[in-house]
Amino acid sequence: MNIVVCVKYVPDAQAERTFNASDNTTDRENVDGLLSELDEYAVEEALKLAEAGEGEVTVLTVGPDSAADAIKKALQMGADKGVHVNDAAIHGSDAVATSLVLAEAIKKIGSVDLVITGMASTDGTMGVVPAMLAERLGLPAVTYASELTVDGGVATIRRDGDASTQTITATLPALVSVTDQINEPRYPSFKGIMAAKKKPVDTWSLADLGVDASQVGLDAAWTRVESFAARPPRSQGQIVTDEGDGGQKLAAFLSERKFV
Amino acid sequence: MKTSTPPPFDPNDPAGIDDLLSADEKAVRDSVRQLCAQRVDPYVADWFERGTIDDVRGLAKELGALGVLGMHLDGYGCAGMSATEYGLACLELEASDSGIRSLVSVQGSLAMFAIWRWGSEEQKTEWLPRMAAGEAIGCFGLTEPDIGSDPGSMRTRARRDGDDWVLDGRKMWITNGSIADVAVVWAQTDDGIRGFVVPTTTPGFSAPEIKHKQSLRASVTSELVLDAVRLPAGAVLPEVRGLKGPLSCLNEARFGIVWGALGAARSSLQAALTYAGERTQFGRPISGFQLTQAKLVDMSLEYTKGLLLALHLGRRKDAGTLRPEQVSLGKLNNVRESLEICRTSRTILGANGISLEYPVIRHMNNLESVLTYEGTVEMHTLILGQAITGQSAFR
Ligand SMILES: Cc1cc2nc3c(=O)[nH]c(=O)nc-3n(C[C@H](O)[C@H](O)[C@H](O)COP(=O)(O)OP(=O)(O)OC[C@H]3O[C@@H](n4cnc5c(N)ncnc54)[C@H](O)[C@@H]3O)c2cc1C
Repeated sequence: MNIVVCVKYVPDAQAERTFNASDNTTDRENVDGLLSELDEYAVEEALKLAEAGEGEVTVLTVGPDSAADAIKKALQMGADKGVHVNDAAIHGSDAVATSLVLAEAIKKIGSVDLVITGMASTDGTMGVVPAMLAERLGLPAVTYASELTVDGGVATIRRDGDASTQTITATLPALVSVTDQINEPRYPSFKGIMAAKKKPVDTWSLADLGVDASQVGLDAAWTRVESFAARPPRSQGQIVTDEGDGGQKLAAFLSERKFV
Repeated sequence: MKTSTPPPFDPNDPAGIDDLLSADEKAVRDSVRQLCAQRVDPYVADWFERGTIDDVRGLAKELGALGVLGMHLDGYGCAGMSATEYGLACLELEASDSGIRSLVSVQGSLAMFAIWRWGSEEQKTEWLPRMAAGEAIGCFGLTEPDIGSDPGSMRTRARRDGDDWVLDGRKMWITNGSIADVAVVWAQTDDGIRGFVVPTTTPGFSAPEIKHKQSLRASVTSELVLDAVRLPAGAVLPEVRGLKGPLSCLNEARFGIVWGALGAARSSLQAALTYAGERTQFGRPISGFQLTQAKLVDMSLEYTKGLLLALHLGRRKDAGTLRPEQVSLGKLNNVRESLEICRTSRTILGANGISLEYPVIRHMNNLESVLTYEGTVEMHTLILGQAITGQSAFR
């Protein structure tokens, strides 16, 4: 089984994240980045499937030079090879354009049985790329999987909703997005770190994928960030002093704000 | 001259020393940190209090699966990492607890290194893969009840009986002793000091645990009793005679301590920094007082200098140019300063500083052992004194 995992290199949520002043895009150069934590679950799930049977795991990322670190982390965890789509024209792309580039890259990788993604990125957190990507590839999309099994050419997932738990199946090839409930991602062993140094990583440009630069980037984006402002510092909370009527005061406070 | 804005200031790495590490070195550090965060940090204060490590064999196997055990050795299932990476791993382990770092140091740098460097092919293939995987635990017996800093005077003896060797004597303060599957034991012979690979199931061998320690409580420390322990000819380490054998191993472990001690310091310093920001007295956070700031800044300086020294020694070790005197320099400075950092951090936490609710007193007490083992402050001072003046002041 050939599995492609789509991963994103994101600014470290622990660090101070900023936007570029010139075009209001996320600053990906001056902030330390890493493999999006939500994508680690996708990598782990792919590795588990590959280890359980015959399979090869390819990690795919679209991003600037530094995004190679995201591929590297996935290779250290145990993925077999990497594909890095890196082209200056991609800068500022929205989800629509990103899904286009990913789709063309997956077509070029060829004969893919399963595409696994995280449920959202930890920077944009839109969560729409998996569905868009499946649409472009003409694949069934089974999203928000908290459990995944693949048997006899069928992928079965469990999706936990607020009111119900659904079991959904899709015939392969298919796209699955996974939640942070699905597994406990491994950390790279030293053998994994050493082995990753020798694993192949292909770097492709838009031209390699036959994608025209006018289809991607900030100018082609359907949405753009008009302005941004830092969140104001938190104001001092209100202290309710209990003089025997603490409960009533709390209830009044909550109902005033329509919480109860 | 570049005029671009520098990256933000990191209070935990004030000089930006992280720049000096490669991506792979950071990956090694991150993996060890993650294992410790999951497997050690939530439990270690309790282990310390009870004077035990729960499921130590399970922990050893997890350390083995990550690749930490004997990580800087090549072949026989060892990970073949660099000395600098080994140092970074020791730092992360000791940021959790010196006892866990001791388990790893003794396994990899003392017991495994002795076999890897001085053992026969049979000894290597028998023990190293299992020890690297954490399936077999090793200990290293040099110190005796009456012999510490002067191991050349040891009393444990090995005598030949036909082809066999027979060992008699006692070893003291032996880390991992009671849980070990194999002991590397040093003994006097007619041919000078020699090392023996002793399976701990051999009749006449026992390893009672030493109790009542107030330091390194999350670590097993034992006495080794060798009562006419009969070993086959193949049990002796064939490739070394004399004190050079044990000293070469100590040199490896000391290198790890140069880094490890800084882990205890970092953990204490971070606890103090956080506490000082949250604790209010006289109407303001105590971190706002000049006296507290002087402490925090001095600790940051010493930590930073120690880390630079460790990194420099690591690069020398990787280049094959590190001398034993330089390891002494690093061990002496970094353990002494790290202990000072722990003590100063303790004062910032006030009464809370003596509670196991915070890591500080645990690190502080642990470093009292680290100050003594692997060569006391006095021994390393004498080594450096001799190196600098050309005169020996040992006796
Ligand atoms: C928790 C723990 C774990 C240990 N694990 C191991 C282990 O796994 N294997 C092992 O073999 N050993 C181990 N040790 C033993 C350790 O290596 C010894 O304690 C150390 O070498 C010092 O020996 P000693 O305690 O006998 O002190 P001594 O050598 O008796 O020294 C006592 C004091 O006298 C000073 N002194 C001695 N000679 C001189 C001199 N010439 N000039 C000036 N001062 C001098 C010393 O520096 C020290 O301050 C461990 C110790 C501890 C505490």
